[in-house]
Amino acid sequence: MADLRITGLGKSFREYPRPSFRLLEWLGLGVWHTEKWILREVDFTIASGESVGIIGRNGAGKSTLLKIITGVMAPSCGSVHLGGRISALLELGMGFHPEFTGRQNVFMQAYLQGLSHAQVNDRIDEIAAFAELGDYFDKPARIYSSGMQVRLAFSVATAIRPDILIVDEALAVGDAYFQYKCYDRIRQYRQAGTTLLFVSHDPGAVKSLCDRAILIEKGGVLKDGSPADVLDFYNALIVPEAAQAAHDELRVDAGQGVRSGTGRMRVRQVCWRVHDEITTVLSAGAPAALDVLIEAAIPMQDYTVGILIKDRLGNDVFGTNTHHLASAVTPLEAGKTYLARFSFPVLNLGPSYYSLTVALHASSNHLAGNYDWWERAVTFQVVPAAGCHTIGVCHMPVDFELEAAPQ
Amino acid sequence: MTSFMQEIKQLWHYRRFIAGSVVREFRSRFKRSLLGALWLLLAPFAMILIYTLIFSHVMQARVPGASQPYSYSIFICAGLLPWQWFSELVTRNTGLFLDNASLIKKNNFPRMVLPVINFLSSGVNFALSWGIFCGFLLLSGAWPGWIMLLILPLLALQAIFASALGFFLGVVNVFFRDVGNAVALVFQFWFWLTPIVYSFKSLPAWLSPYLQMNPMTPLITAYHAVIVDAAPPDWASLDVVALPALGLLALSTWVYRKASAQIMDEI
Repeated sequence: MADLRITGLGKSFREYPRPSFRLLEWLGLGVWHTEKWILREVDFTIASGESVGIIGRNGAGKSTLLKIITGVMAPSCGSVHLGGRISALLELGMGFHPEFTGRQNVFMQAYLQGLSHAQVNDRIDEIAAFAELGDYFDKPARIYSSGMQVRLAFSVATAIRPDILIVDEALAVGDAYFQYKCYDRIRQYRQAGTTLLFVSHDPGAVKSLCDRAILIEKGGVLKDGSPADVLDFYNALIVPEAAQAAHDELRVDAGQGVRSGTGRMRVRQVCWRVHDEITTVLSAGAPAALDVLIEAAIPMQDYTVGILIKDRLGNDVFGTNTHHLASAVTPLEAGKTYLARFSFPVLNLGPSYYSLTVALHASSNHLAGNYDWWERAVTFQVVPAAGCHTIGVCHMPVDFELEAAPQ
Repeated sequence: MTSFMQEIKQLWHYRRFIAGSVVREFRSRFKRSLLGALWLLLAPFAMILIYTLIFSHVMQARVPGASQPYSYSIFICAGLLPWQWFSELVTRNTGLFLDNASLIKKNNFPRMVLPVINFLSSGVNFALSWGIFCGFLLLSGAWPGWIMLLILPLLALQAIFASALGFFLGVVNVFFRDVGNAVALVFQFWFWLTPIVYSFKSLPAWLSPYLQMNPMTPLITAYHAVIVDAAPPDWASLDVVALPALGLLALSTWVYRKASAQIMDEI
């Protein structure tokens, strides 16, 4: 049984050089518009109960695709076949009226989704409990934080298990606790047979929630397969872009002085490598290597290469240097480039975003002589290991056993 | 015909949303105000008061052939209140898609719900002011009697005309925003080209054939006949409204079917 079937789907927008040209065309005086294709030849079938992650760059056509699937937008060609009731959480702000309470807004939103009064009334307590708004539920929505709005919106959209659930990045606004709660409910619905379509920029969430991923690029399906394969492909796709961004950032950093040092030695490039591929997405608990390309302006005998990993808030998470590692460094010739590699047999970082700072300085610490200090040389993401969901910045292998305690 | 029945069924399914939207609109108008719902009644009350005081007492205006002191204010209100509903409904429907863009872009629901909400919201506004007007008629002893019920088919015809016209303009307004501005301007002229504050009978003879082409002329004249003269309206003259109303209904349905996909792209 196919739950969602998309055949030959295409979407184009008409663009007119000026509004008056549209009038000419309406009056039958020639064709003036140019077609701008957002989606072309999209074909895929999603079976009942499957959960599929839609990934792709900004502007690749993901949102347009979802809007067509939910029926908010009409396709220019092709067709969408839906095998059941659909519920969609499209964007932030489901259109809550600021002057009315959460409760009143829930009723209106539920009616708008086609639910009957009895259906909402039976579940209103459940909806309130899931959103965890407390007293705020009966206060006007204008005093809600954006997180609270998303909580309520998700709670309404999923009050009744839909046959097809579409979630479009909206969850990213909620805090970690609520995200986990939402993922939990999504998992429950999946087990009960709901088909899930999940759009996210978070490879971690796609890996842990979906059993298939579809990569949309330039309005078409570029790759369709297991989340791991598709995400690897996606990462490879965005590497040139990421490198360009890093390059741009470097120039900005240089201007802002976040990079400092005497310049006797310089870091040319920093990157993570997994299986010899450059990447910015690492897996918790998997091996990874950090490559630092360095060069010296004059021959150097005594120097230290240091790295420091910081979390999103700028807290130090892990740092070390060749001095503390008691690794002997080879003397450098002037003008040549050397590769310094820090290999992590197991990367024990928890799933989150991090930045990496690299430093080249004289032996003991950077106060003795700072050659090159580069804040946020690379930013990277750590995604959860397959089948293992943890929170926090560290990844600790852990075993669990349960037995009767001796009396 | 089956698709029409389906539309009705869908509207019925969304009745809670329709009712909720109408109630919400009124409640949001007097939220956080001290007098609350009283404001809804004060506006029409003030208007009736002004026309009575200024025209009947200060300016001593009289309708030809009527001697009562309040006859002019009754004459004005009988035409002005339905006109206000007409103008509000057309204006609201002109903004139907643009004003509800955020709702339309995020939710998939039968779009027919929106004109129904506009009809009901503006209808409630009209009913409130009309209720006050009826109270005034009773108190001043000018109540025309059960013949008053004849205004119901007149109002129904007017609502169909206004909804269809507004809906058509609403579709065009999505693509040419000039329409919204133009409607405001045209209505100013239309008001004075319709015998609301003056009597059709008092016009020079050469002008009346032109004014009779205005669909609102027979409607307003009919309200005047029922309320001021307590006489049945000239039903035959209403073809100038009925035919355009049916034509616009067909036209707006056709235009919407053709343009609905592009409307969603443009808003």
